[in-house]
Amino acid sequence: MAIRRALGALFLISAPLIAQDTTRGVRIGLTYSPGSRPGIVVLPGKGAGADSIRAIIQRDLDFGDRVNAIVLDASALSEATRTNAPNWAMFAKLGAVAAVQVTPTATGVHLAVYDVAKQTTALVRDYVAPPMAQMRAWRAVLHGVSDDLEESLTGTRGIAHTRVLYNRDKRLWVIDTDGEQAMSVAQTATPQSGAWNSAGTSITFNTLIPSQIIVKDLQSGQERTVASGAGVFISPVFTPDGANIVYGHGVDDGVDVFTASVSGGGGHRLSVGHGTDNTSPSFSPDGRHIAFMSGRAGHPEIYTMDADGTTVDLLTPLEFGENAYRASPDWSPNGATVAFQSKIGSAFQIMTISLRDRGLKQLTSDGRNEDPSWAPDGRHLTFTSNRTGVKQLWVLDVESGRTRQLTRGAGDARNAAWSPRLPN
Amino acid sequence: MTRRTIALTMTVLVAAASLGACRKKPEAAPTPATMPVADNGAGQRRADSLAADAARRRTADSLANARANLATGADAQRVQTVLKQTLKQVVYFDYDKDLLRDDARIILDAKAAILVANPAITIVVTGHTDEQGTAEYNLALGQRRAAQAKRYLVSKGVQDSRLTTQSLGDSQPASQGTDEAAYQQNRRAEFEVTNASGALARPGS
Repeated sequence: MAIRRALGALFLISAPLIAQDTTRGVRIGLTYSPGSRPGIVVLPGKGAGADSIRAIIQRDLDFGDRVNAIVLDASALSEATRTNAPNWAMFAKLGAVAAVQVTPTATGVHLAVYDVAKQTTALVRDYVAPPMAQMRAWRAVLHGVSDDLEESLTGTRGIAHTRVLYNRDKRLWVIDTDGEQAMSVAQTATPQSGAWNSAGTSITFNTLIPSQIIVKDLQSGQERTVASGAGVFISPVFTPDGANIVYGHGVDDGVDVFTASVSGGGGHRLSVGHGTDNTSPSFSPDGRHIAFMSGRAGHPEIYTMDADGTTVDLLTPLEFGENAYRASPDWSPNGATVAFQSKIGSAFQIMTISLRDRGLKQLTSDGRNEDPSWAPDGRHLTFTSNRTGVKQLWVLDVESGRTRQLTRGAGDARNAAWSPRLPN
Repeated sequence: MTRRTIALTMTVLVAAASLGACRKKPEAAPTPATMPVADNGAGQRRADSLAADAARRRTADSLANARANLATGADAQRVQTVLKQTLKQVVYFDYDKDLLRDDARIILDAKAAILVANPAITIVVTGHTDEQGTAEYNLALGQRRAAQAKRYLVSKGVQDSRLTTQSLGDSQPASQGTDEAAYQQNRRAEFEVTNASGALARPGS
């Protein structure tokens, strides 16, 4: 808390500094982007892995879209580290309100944050990390450092230490949100739509052959079948309390939304679709409502219902005609909007609808864009896009409109599910 | 000829038709529509209707072919092949629809007659979709297609418990293309005979 207060004061003092530095394209032997986000310089550290650490932290801050991670070129870097003391004048000139340095130690990493306006050290902290060779776990610690940094600098925790679960080549994968460390987590029986529990420790997914719902503990690797049998089992999600799974299921009379206990207690039906398709459930953050896709009006639209299946309401404004198709709802973590995909012309695009006034926003227009999933900050979305020719996952900052590619490589990447903030 | 014999004769003719088609091509593929990928509902409907027309024409041609083939005298083995092919023959659907087109009904009528004549046979019906739309919705749509085919067979006298339905959604396309011709081949229901042993009885025999 003391740190937060200190940095809060830092921003009050340095506010005029940010305001001054909005000239576009200023270049003094180094590059940076102007803007109203607080400028941060990530300084090089010393020791094995220091360069990787700096690259990871800098990229995390950049991808977070809340601070302006000022990128130094080679000559600027040597200028910044010419002496042992922080180069305050230079940081100020760059419009940086803080300089950050993360250096490797015997047991992990050491974080230091410098307050440029006060010319003092604002924060130091030591983190325990596994050896660098354990790349995935080692990087997870660094992503946690980035999230701590963002939280102390802006008051909002970052999303660097989160992962995205998705489908590619009849497998489920998880990938770090900086696009690194893709790892296969389910390979058998053609797994499809994955979802996380709210602790980020387990996933649930359906398989096609045989058709069933599986819950998998990511730590132990143990899998349990929650529902199986004749017909299809589709798009499972955890209830926010983690006790139940809600999913689509049907045999010969349409598909309805069902619920079953994670421990395998027999499922019961929630929606009453009368032979139509009702699936792709997504919970409101308080767990009281479910958004889902239904074909009950003749084509897919988004509906909401109470968690017990009552009080069904059409959410998206009903569109008529053969072309109308709204699907893949994902309720935002702040509860305010539902993201979904809507057919516009010949292609799907990502849209949001406000729960308060039903205001619609179209977020994409480049290529075909599908299957949105919110990051836990409620500001970033990941989705599938074919804008490069292959279906890949992309990340969109809803506030700035900035878009970046998350996955690369061959094979369609689909059905992304962004994790909650993960335990360290 | 009684109504019943007419129906059975038609059935064998259609069954033979599927053999005729198979000799030319391994799998009786639907005639590709020449339309590009439909850019709106009207375009899609037009493509669907063209595809359905082509399918109807093809079925009629096959029937004529089969008549000619039967006239030359079909041996027992050939009849067996025809019956098996007919049971496996794929039926096709319009975009985002589970309604059975005329060409699908003709094929299902032929299947139903064979199934009624061979009460031990059980069938797994698998619904498939093209890649348009969400994987989740497509899984549901595929299930609806399989269920629709099953419902039709049951309405023609096949016992409910002999037919199992499942869906693979858009996960196993028959054609890898991304145009309407490929999509039409992927919007389908497939039929797998799960316990046929020995010779099949010919409908009406």
